Amino acid sequence: MKFTSSAIVAIWTVALSLGLSSSVLAADTIKVGILHSLSGTMAISETTLKDTMLMLIEEQNKKGGLLGKKLEAVVVDPASNWPLFAEKAKELIEKEKVAATFGCWTSVSRKSVLPVFEEQNSLLFYPVQYEGEESSRNVFYTGAAPNQQAIPAVDYLMKEIKVERWVLAGTDYVYPRTTNKILEAYLKLKGVAVDDIMINYTPFGHSDWQSIVSDIKKFGSAGKKTAVVSTINGDANVPFYKELGNQGITADTIPVVAFSVGEEELSGIDTKPLVGHLAAWNYFMSVKSEANDAFIESWLKFIKNQDRVTNDPMEAHYIGFNMWVKAVEKAGTTDPDAVQDAIIGVAVPNLTGGYSAMMPNHHITKPVLIGEIQEDGQFEVVWETAGLVVGDDWSDYLEGSKDLISDWRKPLYCGAYNVVTAKCSGTK
Amino acid sequence: MHSFSRDFALAALFWLLLMTQYCSGAEPNSQFLDGLVLLSAQSFTEKEKGIELIGASQDPLAARTLQSLLDGKLFYTSKDNILVYGESEGANYAISDFLSGESLGLVKKRNLEKITINNTLRSTLKTTIALINLQHPDDTVRLAAVNAVLSDINPELLEILAGCYQTEKNEQVRDALSVALAIGGLRQQDTAKRLEALQSVRGDVHPVIKNEIQALIDRETDAIVIKAAKSTLTAIEGKIAWFARLETLFFGLSLGSVLVLAAIGLAITFGVIGVINMAHGELIMLGAYTTYVLQQLMPDSIGLALALSVPAAFGVSGLAGILIERSVIRFLYGRPLETLLATFGISLVLQQTVRSIFSPLNRSVATPDWMSGSITINPILSLTSNRVTIFFFAMLVFGALFLLLKKSSLGLNVRAVAQNRAMARAMGIRAARVDALTFGLGSGIAGIAGVALSQLTNVGPNLGQAYIIDSFMVVVFGGVGNLWGTLLGGLSLGVANKFLEPWSGAVLAKIIILVFIILFIQKRPQGLFPQKGRAAE
Repeated sequence: MKFTSSAIVAIWTVALSLGLSSSVLAADTIKVGILHSLSGTMAISETTLKDTMLMLIEEQNKKGGLLGKKLEAVVVDPASNWPLFAEKAKELIEKEKVAATFGCWTSVSRKSVLPVFEEQNSLLFYPVQYEGEESSRNVFYTGAAPNQQAIPAVDYLMKEIKVERWVLAGTDYVYPRTTNKILEAYLKLKGVAVDDIMINYTPFGHSDWQSIVSDIKKFGSAGKKTAVVSTINGDANVPFYKELGNQGITADTIPVVAFSVGEEELSGIDTKPLVGHLAAWNYFMSVKSEANDAFIESWLKFIKNQDRVTNDPMEAHYIGFNMWVKAVEKAGTTDPDAVQDAIIGVAVPNLTGGYSAMMPNHHITKPVLIGEIQEDGQFEVVWETAGLVVGDDWSDYLEGSKDLISDWRKPLYCGAYNVVTAKCSGTK
Repeated sequence: MHSFSRDFALAALFWLLLMTQYCSGAEPNSQFLDGLVLLSAQSFTEKEKGIELIGASQDPLAARTLQSLLDGKLFYTSKDNILVYGESEGANYAISDFLSGESLGLVKKRNLEKITINNTLRSTLKTTIALINLQHPDDTVRLAAVNAVLSDINPELLEILAGCYQTEKNEQVRDALSVALAIGGLRQQDTAKRLEALQSVRGDVHPVIKNEIQALIDRETDAIVIKAAKSTLTAIEGKIAWFARLETLFFGLSLGSVLVLAAIGLAITFGVIGVINMAHGELIMLGAYTTYVLQQLMPDSIGLALALSVPAAFGVSGLAGILIERSVIRFLYGRPLETLLATFGISLVLQQTVRSIFSPLNRSVATPDWMSGSITINPILSLTSNRVTIFFFAMLVFGALFLLLKKSSLGLNVRAVAQNRAMARAMGIRAARVDALTFGLGSGIAGIAGVALSQLTNVGPNLGQAYIIDSFMVVVFGGVGNLWGTLLGGLSLGVANKFLEPWSGAVLAKIIILVFIILFIQKRPQGLFPQKGRAAE
């Protein structure tokens, strides 16, 4: 009895002192929110990004932190559940009082947290390629907009591979649908006939590709060079490529260029049937540059597994985090309004050997690379844009958005400014 | 960027090295060596020139060189720039001097410079190899070569192929060559020859011919030839449409067989003992992971591992099933809602367990060679080997299960308990034991389905969820408690889905099927094959 009561006292003392010390600590740290799913379907991709952020924060702290304070990562798990993303975002901002948040993967999760960040006036860095048609004061889009991935890929196929017939295949949700709408408009603008475009959508996790691949094969046997532009998402790609291989479609007959297949996705599968198929990204692990070598080395050390790979969204977080750090240093505070003003024009090294800059539309400049899949699951760069490409928020090829621009500098300060009517239709 | 002079110096060095490498036997063919030097260049256009030189060099090593290049097995050693042939062995490469064939032992990947190729080179390589292989002694190689060059025919090639036709003895190769000759005929100046060629290709479904006739119609001026061409085209298209329907039927049966495999275990647990088992999908997943584990244990014999996975998965999932039945379900008999919730909870537990053990990432299960590729029936109809195998496998599993239930004493007990529990117990059957065994049997079959699915889809923690709805759909549609119903239900849903898909799209096809089943169940709640008699209560 005596023992238990003294134990209770001891626990209380420890708990109290812990509580005290953590509140003391909190004053000396800057909190950074990490909003990535650690369970559910998206855990596959998002867990890696959480680890990347932890690594970047750890490295920054080794360099002495930020504004003389240590950075503290606050990790929450929105569990691949879109409404939960909004709740967790609120928790990060209101309860944890984070200075900035790095997170989200799917467009629907970004759309779900968008009102929260705008209402609370907090900052979100979004690291994944997306469909564009959006620009928020509170969001920084460090992944590729369609003109930084899809359009250059189509250009490559058209000019280098001389493709005349196009299959636009995608998973049935907002990113592929919008991207394909942009691509369709672009192809028509380039004089491709309606008969030479085939559009196909499949549900998430589709596994029976027999008839679709057979249709693609028939579509491609019309004597014109054919390519597949794939916005097929996630693991549905594996049975898709398998079926292509089994039905005898190889990369030199009908190449597939994918926008959602990176090193991480390839690491779980048998890449033999995929060799030669293409992917368009702004970064490949195989890119030779000093920054990239250093990044890969510290990643492998941090994650304690020599077999892990790096990928494009990780680079986006690397760029976004460094931009935020630089902007905070420039502003001398983590106040969201001050950082927003400071970050526009900030340029930091990317991992492909150049610099990326934050543009006034909250998108960044990136090189676009086309890589061919190799047998070891890596990409061999076969083509890249001559210079950096500025992310285009409102597509120039869609009827409703081609007159819109966004500029978050004063005096325009608008997310959707119509240059024809000179009116701001977006959020101020 | 290399400067020109440096490239030139490098090329000269390579040339010298190659000269010394190419020692034994025949006189070094300078064109061949020039080609090899160009392969070491950085630029893909240079490499393409190199491939063309090698292709035209007539060197006995030419075909092997190009094939090795296509397979990505040609390297230069980083240190002394020797051209080597490398075969990957784990993390290292076993290399041998390419020209002399002398083995140079194992080296790290880092010490090798791979000769990279891109898609343009890949297709150049394939055509060049095919051109060399037109003279190959092996019939199948020759046939593949002819088919490979068909899609890109030009006047010089036509002449070569016409020459081949004269000397060709093999029937199949002659057929393939005759396609080339017919294309030549369609391009003749003489109207009579064009008409004759049109006559000869009637009913030939090769896509090249169809495109050629289409092109002929577009450029032709002679009305008679146009008419003949159109009629030939219609005949060919009719035949193609017929084969397309046959192909769709095969796709449907294949999808159906997967549905049957996934559902048949459920037909036993849900159909015979009436347990709504939401963890059924996870039992399938366990089977798929068993395949993965076995393949990891014996990485050198993938096929054998797959064969052994069938009994192993049956064991693993079966035991898991018995465990679930003994520990949870038996306390919940007659309380369907609680069973549903409890098994749903079990499914989450199993998913998370797998996630913790194997990581949330999908695992890669390799496909043995005899299950890759396809069986070609004709140029437009080929059946993929993995689907054919799985179709027959599903039928085999169904047959075995059917015999087990009809002919064995366990089957008799199972049916007795299912029909009338109280009476069966009165006859001395230990109903509780039969329940456990039945549940184990159904779960084991789910495990076997997992082995098959590992060859078609991703092996990951969510594998089961993708199939649970489909499985319930098939069992309810086919009629609860009837194996024939499951078989017929699964196959007909598969075929219906595949016939709908071309005009409705994959998403809508699934919706239409679901709506159809809802309506069907409204009209006929017992499903296709209702149980009759007292057991139906």
